[in-house]
Amino acid sequence: MTLRTPLSEAKGLGSAKEGAGHWWLQRLTAIALIPLTIWLAFAVAMLGDASYETVLAWLQTPYVAVLLILFVAATFYHTQLGLQVIIEDYVHGWLKIVTLIFINFLCIALAVAGIAALLKIFL
Amino acid sequence: MANIERPLSPHLQIYKWPLAMAISILHRITGVALAIGAVLMVTILIAVASDTQCYEWIHGYLVNKISKVFLFLWTFALFLHLFNGIRHLFWDAGYGFEKSTTTKSGVGVIIAAFILTFSVWAAAYYCTNV
Repeated sequence: MTLRTPLSEAKGLGSAKEGAGHWWLQRLTAIALIPLTIWLAFAVAMLGDASYETVLAWLQTPYVAVLLILFVAATFYHTQLGLQVIIEDYVHGWLKIVTLIFINFLCIALAVAGIAALLKIFL
Repeated sequence: MANIERPLSPHLQIYKWPLAMAISILHRITGVALAIGAVLMVTILIAVASDTQCYEWIHGYLVNKISKVFLFLWTFALFLHLFNGIRHLFWDAGYGFEKSTTTKSGVGVIIAAFILTFSVWAAAYYCTNV
């Protein structure tokens, strides 16, 4: 049995089978970010004198490098998803498309830059 | 299209601001603020990856009083967004929809955010002075 009208069936439009994709990834990245954020906030706070050597040595610790790469990736994925919703709510027409493209590119660029910096420090 | 003056539902300004409404919009505002903070984070990482001079340059900007106020507000925004995010996850799972519960969880979010913000800054001051 179908609840769709004959017209809508003939048009063949409808669910693209990824309706919950955005919603789900926002939650997935959010759950990942809960422990990562709490760890990072305290770890950065406890860096002490924060001299270049101290920060460098900390960032070169293997587990720190791994967790920070994960943090940067999850953060910018989550940021992109969140800003997209806000833009879709408040910006309309061509400006919306332009803003969405800009935010998407910016988030990807920042994620890549952050991870590249972390890898350069670690390697 | 019929152009009839239909009654409009009252807009935002007319309502008293209950806690749930304030936290809801704060979730978005803190989200945007944290996105800007994330840009700073990447800038710091690039500075560390570059050299000592580059790090000292950005470090110089971060240690003055105004920067510290901003960093403190960012910390609070971070934990407010984090704990309200957890509140949202509980709603997603189908818990905590009662009106009294949402008020309680809202107050809980603010208290938790304050405690974690002060803990982080206490840890920072303790570790700097040791």
